[in-house]
Amino acid sequence: MNLNLNRYQLGIIFLLTLFSIPAFSQDDLMKMLEDETEKDKKPDYATATFKTTRLINGHSVENVAAGVLDFRISHRFGYVNGGAYQLWGLDEASMRLGFDYGLSKRWMIGIGRSTYQKQYDGFTKFKFLRQSSGVRNMPITLSAIGSIMYKSLKFEDPTRENYLTSNLYYSGQLLIARKFSESLSIQLMPTIVHYNLVPGANDPNDLLSLGIGGRMKLSKRVSLNVEYYYQLPDYKFEGTQNSLSIGFDIETGGHVFQVYCTNSTGMTERTYITETTGDFFNGDIRLGFTISRVFTIKKPKP
Amino acid sequence: MKRLTALVFFTLVSTAIFSQSIYMTRSGQITFFSKTPMENIEGKNNEVTSMLDTSKGDLVFAVLIKSFHFDRALMEEHFNENYMESNKIPKATFQGKITNLSAINFSKDGTYEAAIEGDLTIHGVKHPHKGTGTITVSKGKITGVSNFTVLLADYKIEIPSLVADKIAPTIEIRVNCVYEPKS
Repeated sequence: MNLNLNRYQLGIIFLLTLFSIPAFSQDDLMKMLEDETEKDKKPDYATATFKTTRLINGHSVENVAAGVLDFRISHRFGYVNGGAYQLWGLDEASMRLGFDYGLSKRWMIGIGRSTYQKQYDGFTKFKFLRQSSGVRNMPITLSAIGSIMYKSLKFEDPTRENYLTSNLYYSGQLLIARKFSESLSIQLMPTIVHYNLVPGANDPNDLLSLGIGGRMKLSKRVSLNVEYYYQLPDYKFEGTQNSLSIGFDIETGGHVFQVYCTNSTGMTERTYITETTGDFFNGDIRLGFTISRVFTIKKPKP
Repeated sequence: MKRLTALVFFTLVSTAIFSQSIYMTRSGQITFFSKTPMENIEGKNNEVTSMLDTSKGDLVFAVLIKSFHFDRALMEEHFNENYMESNKIPKATFQGKITNLSAINFSKDGTYEAAIEGDLTIHGVKHPHKGTGTITVSKGKITGVSNFTVLLADYKIEIPSLVADKIAPTIEIRVNCVYEPKS
């Protein structure tokens, strides 16, 4: 490059250089700060895809935070079509008490006891993928859950040889969720439930279903949730219905209150996915609610 | 050609002098406190970025809201989701000036009182801010400390009546940054 500048050109450049310094202002300093920190950027993880760890009956991709204990009380009333005599189901109530605990940011465990069929349950949930944008792009959040259920109800026929394992049930679920916007999140839940002992000789031991659910935020603290489990025709019990639930999450300071309508009686995978008999559109609807209260057991490291 | 060399040299030197007056931090601390008889809330951010131009007194801050951490996970979630809406408005910023620049000698170790004035933008709402701070110059590093309060209402951060007795309408903010010359 041949730069043969004459005196005037040089003078102009010199002046420009001088002026360029005073022209520098706070805006430029802010720009400089932004440029400087550009490379420090971390992936922007989608947070609060759902308000709480349960969509309605089933799990959502949310975990309780590490070191946090979540005490959950769920109530389920009778069918609303029981009429005024049953006070639209309120005379009858079943419940589940549960404790969930966050072992790490991605891993939580929980135990519960339901009055329905005197059932104990335990589960473990792990978050494999986190939805993120920016530096790292991941379209979905993916979690897996394994749970085990034990029905402690006395055996129907005590004269028969009964095994403890006959009352054990297992389930496995994948939760695939995406927060599409601030207000809309959708989740898919392919599920397998395993029975050691099934009611009839021709019933399958492994029952397959696909759940779909979502939430729509109505305000910052209230969301509308829907959850539906479609049972695959050849992998379900005769006479059962698909579980359908519609409800609201209402958030207040330290706890989340969930109130919903559902055609399911139980509150564990086995009981609500594969043993629902109520026909939602025939009025076999139960009112239910869950109160969740969190306690910080271990404070996060600063 | 000689002239060109002189020009290039001059430009380089001027840039060098100029950039020496710029100090920066990526690990500044901002802590805020909400104190009510019902509950005390504290949020801490150790990843505050800021730049200070000692030649002109210009001072800027960029603060990622999601980098504030709390003792309770649910507080952090509510802080981001309900109050600061950090997905929509990820940053808070300050653009301002040290107005008594002549009273501060950045090339001499010592402690100086600084008067600060500028625009504080929180929750997407820009509001004028006037405050004071202490500047300590020591071994080529500059430490800036400032305590002040903000009114949530000034920044359109709404507190629902349900939790009004747990969140103070006036929030105390403490800033502590150690600046080093920008390389």
